[in-house]
Amino acid sequence: MGKVVVVTSGKGGVGKTTSTAALGAAVAKTGKKVALVDFDVGLRNLDLIMGAERRVVFDLVNVIQGSAKLSQALIRDKRVETLFLLPASQTRDKDALTEEGVADVIGKLRSVFDYVFCDSPAGIERGAQLAMRFADEAVIVTNPEVSSVRDSDRIIGLLDSRTLRAEEGEQIAKHVLVTRYDAGRAARGEMLSIDDVLEILSVPLLGIIPESQDVLRASNLGSPVTLSEPLNAAAKAYLDAARRLEGEQLPVIVPFERKGFLDRLLGRRAA
Amino acid sequence: MSLLDIFKRRTSAPVARERLQVLLAYERRNRSQPDLVSILREEIMAVIAKHVQIDQDYLQVSMDRGETMSTLEIDIQIPNKSAVPLAMAG
Repeated sequence: MGKVVVVTSGKGGVGKTTSTAALGAAVAKTGKKVALVDFDVGLRNLDLIMGAERRVVFDLVNVIQGSAKLSQALIRDKRVETLFLLPASQTRDKDALTEEGVADVIGKLRSVFDYVFCDSPAGIERGAQLAMRFADEAVIVTNPEVSSVRDSDRIIGLLDSRTLRAEEGEQIAKHVLVTRYDAGRAARGEMLSIDDVLEILSVPLLGIIPESQDVLRASNLGSPVTLSEPLNAAAKAYLDAARRLEGEQLPVIVPFERKGFLDRLLGRRAA
Repeated sequence: MSLLDIFKRRTSAPVARERLQVLLAYERRNRSQPDLVSILREEIMAVIAKHVQIDQDYLQVSMDRGETMSTLEIDIQIPNKSAVPLAMAG
């Protein structure tokens, strides 16, 4: 029985899709069978980030409505053979998803794959609630910034009340993934620190992804950063986060900025 | 003020942390309760609809919360029946 992991945030633009792709690819590289499911019906993007946008024939809504089989809609990744994508539909409206339909698809995926990553749409409406509904674990993607942290807190509230696990009185395992972390700005006291975020949300940390041009480049090229540039800092952070997600006890190292000559001269210290 | 202070900017992260802690403490308390404003809005609308036909947009309900007291503001506009055809004509 595979594990269902929802990647969610509440706020848009914090890196849910990028993180779904990077984490999913990182886990698949270890030989695990991984399915990535795009729940952002009407605004699909996971196909683009994965570089599979021209291979989409059928989608999640087709499968739910019975016009395509699950095996027809799943797209196998060209780089990692245990990695699959189930795209969202681009044209239909979000009401095309039904709870029974999603339950059925997730149930089938869970029986075949080791990991099912559900890429949630932004917001707290139906689409986001369906994406988290059948999850065993949640990765809450957060930027160290007030509105993102507030929305994450809201999402945590939903995870603890609206998921099937929560309704059955079970715990859903939650992890915070801090993305777009700028060590320099945090050191200068211009950005919420990791401690601030963790203290406010009181959810364990899965990893810290530094702000990086490489992530954008990977998206441009249609390849998860963990596949295209596994040696850069952001990719390493994702690879470590994926290992923690699989249960490995790996300490998180907060990225730091080497002090430049000017900083020393002016005596700037970490706040 | 020492010379160093010129280079030291006041940091904003502690302010962000404090604001978030206050806000989230409030939001978490209220999370279990259904949205009071929208319930009030719906029920007020139902009461008015028994007697006067008004559009959803003519009812504004807003809550302003303060430290010790909160205010509930209800603004209902009832269009003048005779004014309606005139307005439409205009």
